[in-house]
Amino acid sequence: MKNEITRDVERVVLALDVNGEARQLLVAVHKTLLEVLREDLQLTGTKHGCELGECGTCTVLIDGRPELSCLSLPIQLQGRAITTVEGMASGSELHPLQTAFAELGAAQCGYCTPGILLSARALLEENARPSRDEIREALAGNLCRCTGYTKILQAIELAAERMR
Amino acid sequence: MAEEHGARAMFVAGGTDLFPKLKRRQFEVETLIGLDFLPRVIRNGSTECAIDAGVTLATAAHDSHLQAGFTGYAQAAGLVSSPPLRNAGTIGGNLCVDTRCNYYDMTYEWRKAAGFCIKKDGDICLVAPSSPRCWAVSSSDTAPMAIALDGVVGLAGPEGDRELPVSALYRDDGIEYMAKRPAEVLTGLRLRKSANTRSAYVKLRRRGSIDFPIAGAAVAMELDGESVIGCRIVLSAVASYPLEAAAAEKFLKGKRLDQETIREAAELAAKPAKPLDNADLSHFWRKRMVRVVVEQAIQRVSDQRAGFGG
Repeated sequence: MKNEITRDVERVVLALDVNGEARQLLVAVHKTLLEVLREDLQLTGTKHGCELGECGTCTVLIDGRPELSCLSLPIQLQGRAITTVEGMASGSELHPLQTAFAELGAAQCGYCTPGILLSARALLEENARPSRDEIREALAGNLCRCTGYTKILQAIELAAERMR
Repeated sequence: MAEEHGARAMFVAGGTDLFPKLKRRQFEVETLIGLDFLPRVIRNGSTECAIDAGVTLATAAHDSHLQAGFTGYAQAAGLVSSPPLRNAGTIGGNLCVDTRCNYYDMTYEWRKAAGFCIKKDGDICLVAPSSPRCWAVSSSDTAPMAIALDGVVGLAGPEGDRELPVSALYRDDGIEYMAKRPAEVLTGLRLRKSANTRSAYVKLRRRGSIDFPIAGAAVAMELDGESVIGCRIVLSAVASYPLEAAAAEKFLKGKRLDQETIREAAELAAKPAKPLDNADLSHFWRKRMVRVVVEQAIQRVSDQRAGFGG
């Protein structure tokens, strides 16, 4: 925010489709999607990690495919469907992946969880019966420093089974 | 527009290389010119394939025609970084990816504390201080494979359109690493092969995902039964440009692909590779591993010929 006060920042009006809602915003043109989601839309479920494309914690879905919000400019995403972790549940009903993660303890500190849930959702929408290796490949851009991944893989397998 | 803004502007397609570098102040520009308007189509033919520069790496990696006919290229695209980056990063972007170095790919504060290097803000190369040039490493996975498959890129600029073989797109310099003019846009890539060409790419990196290559081998071979009619072997991440192993190519021509020949060719291919101490892991080990990745890549080509799959 400090930079915005001292610099002459160009602002633009953006029309974004976030979790199925049309949102109109006036934001600084240089802001990343991660910053706009967290700071302008208060959607803080998307986490801020390395900011360099190496950790995957800021993963969101763009037209159903996982991309990193820290490396996306909202001005390039107008007209495309952006899904964050807040868009996974239907009302008060959690997505089967969220339920399975909670039941199996697939989240410890939970910081990587939103990104992993979204990568897993994209996988299950394309492939209802992924093998363990296919799950590993789909999550190859999402780092977790707590779980050792085993419970995450088990939770995705459980959710896949329940969703079939 | 690019010509008007000069060095104060850069093009952005996927942004996966550009944005981290803007954040670390390796690139300092006032204007970004989005390339979202460019087409994103793969046009497949039996001996030629034209890929628009805006096609994502994920799309190229999953394209069944590329997987079948230009196997090594699809493999290389699928081994770049991680799945979310491949969904955003483009094939044009990976051909233009900036050269990398342990002293350059650091935060602004780190570089300031260590002393800036010649590639950005400094006067000397911190890897080879007595050298007048920058030794940053070519880190594209797809560029070596595009060269091996006789690739040609399309360039569009203020002075008109032109085509350039991918092998002529790179220079042996860590800073001015491309022959593309700054105001030119890379618009597409054409790959070519004969009916009997097989290809494979093997990448070495610390982890199975995310990391840039620290060595790699791209091999494309035209075969007649077990005999090699022609072949191209191009190495990644062992020089400031994709390094072609000409001696090994010459050696393999006309030979039958047996274990002894493959081993000798790999030894020859590894000779010109001179990795420096400016990428991940020990450069002595990386040098030793070049022979191994070349051997694996040739072996994979040989297995495809035998019908074992890629």
